[in-house]
Amino acid sequence: MRCVVLVLAAVALASPGCGDDEGEASSGDGPPLVVSAASSMTEALEACSPAFEDAAVRLQFAGSDELAAQIRQGAKPDVYAAANTDLPEELHREGLLSRPVEFATNELVLAVPKDSEIDALDDLTRADVKVVMGSESVPIGAYTRKTLAKLPRDEEEAILANVRSNEPDVKGIVGKLSQGAADAGFVYVTDVKAADRALEAVELPVDLQPTVTYGVGVVDGAEHPGEARMFARQLVDGPCADALEEAGFGPAQK
Amino acid sequence: MSASPRVHIPWFPAVLVVALGLALTFLTLPVVAIFVDRTPAQLIDALGERGALDALWLSLRATAMSLAIILLVGTPAAYLLATRSFRGKSVVVTLVELPLVLPPAVAGIALLAALSPSGIVGGAVEGVGIDLVFETAGVVVALTFVASPFYVRQAMAAFAAVDRTLLDASRTLGASEARSFARVMIPSAMPGLAAGTALALGRALGEFGATLMFAGSLEGVTQTVPLAIYDRFSSNFDAALALSAVLVAVSAAILISVKLVHGSEALGGAAR
Repeated sequence: MRCVVLVLAAVALASPGCGDDEGEASSGDGPPLVVSAASSMTEALEACSPAFEDAAVRLQFAGSDELAAQIRQGAKPDVYAAANTDLPEELHREGLLSRPVEFATNELVLAVPKDSEIDALDDLTRADVKVVMGSESVPIGAYTRKTLAKLPRDEEEAILANVRSNEPDVKGIVGKLSQGAADAGFVYVTDVKAADRALEAVELPVDLQPTVTYGVGVVDGAEHPGEARMFARQLVDGPCADALEEAGFGPAQK
Repeated sequence: MSASPRVHIPWFPAVLVVALGLALTFLTLPVVAIFVDRTPAQLIDALGERGALDALWLSLRATAMSLAIILLVGTPAAYLLATRSFRGKSVVVTLVELPLVLPPAVAGIALLAALSPSGIVGGAVEGVGIDLVFETAGVVVALTFVASPFYVRQAMAAFAAVDRTLLDASRTLGASEARSFARVMIPSAMPGLAAGTALALGRALGEFGATLMFAGSLEGVTQTVPLAIYDRFSSNFDAALALSAVLVAVSAAILISVKLVHGSEALGGAAR
């Protein structure tokens, strides 16, 4: 009996901590509100969540796809905020998420280490350039491939042939770039801003830019649906919307 | 404590049995879950999926290369540590064992800080024309870093446990130390060395974090089975499960063959 209690206590102690690439932070008063959000919003949401008065926000960051997979496997955060609209739409169709709302946009850019000689997409076709991008299953990787597909075939193939790693999230791309291991990588403009001057952004031609729209929804069966809806609302308009704008995100197209 | 001495039921053996039952259930349930609802045919099908065999082949190759390095360097190093005493030996042993307790993420960061192009000896590594980051060689480095302490620790214990009179007899009969090492020490320590090899192999085969951070993830080059599993986790859970099942089967096969070849004391006796 005592053993069981001990084991349960150990599990309870251990449960707030999670996998190795998820960050967490809690804040405020009121009921705990678990927010699963795409890694790219880490800085912005950590800055604004303490100001959310209706609940103690607990942030969990990971790749949008990974968070969606967790929800499909039965995890029940209150809010799911993804770096695209496809994943929330899919979850909505599967009956796992409320109808998603668009709340921010981001821009895909080419990130290069400071003082790099690369200043255009063309430079990536050279044989000796080391390129890193997101894996096909994460939004950043999907956006990148969509963009490259708009290039002439030979250019697209030359760039893909230079890909040295398909990273499971943006942090992996930024890390390889700031360590000087890679010459260029495709990330969001907000990631370059968050990297604190270690990286520079090369803007992509407007006609190549994908529409990167972030969507949020309330998870079906959430413990605190009311607070979850309020949190989602202030991502569109409120303290977190301001923090996102500060971090370089654009407003959602109305 | 709760059980008073007057109680005559054998409570202590009962506690032992319950503890073992809990441990067994907890440790086997997740592994069993991988295989539930999947026929062997489905698993074989999953192996035919693009990239799965590449990942398996890469994992086996990188692990084999890393083990070769570990055995070649680790065996004499462990022999020295087990048979000599010198000032600062405990510090050396601790340093060698340190990667055992490092989280994989720390190992990955540490390898980048040391060996990436902007790392402290990265320039020298680049200078001799070796690329590690994004290359299979980088995977081998990551595996070797995390797995070698498992072998060296076991090998040290195995050499230390060999009866010194055997070695002395060999030396008295005129054999050089090198010959005694090869003919007496290694055969006598073999069960422990095999156990250490199996542990290092298992650790290398399952390595994830350090490989991803240091070497990256590219099919056929750096994407080992654990990385391929992670890559499929979100997009294709069934494929991830199938690949996991393959890894479980391979690891179990290794464990069982070591036990068959060297007797069950090889792994059990290694704990001393």
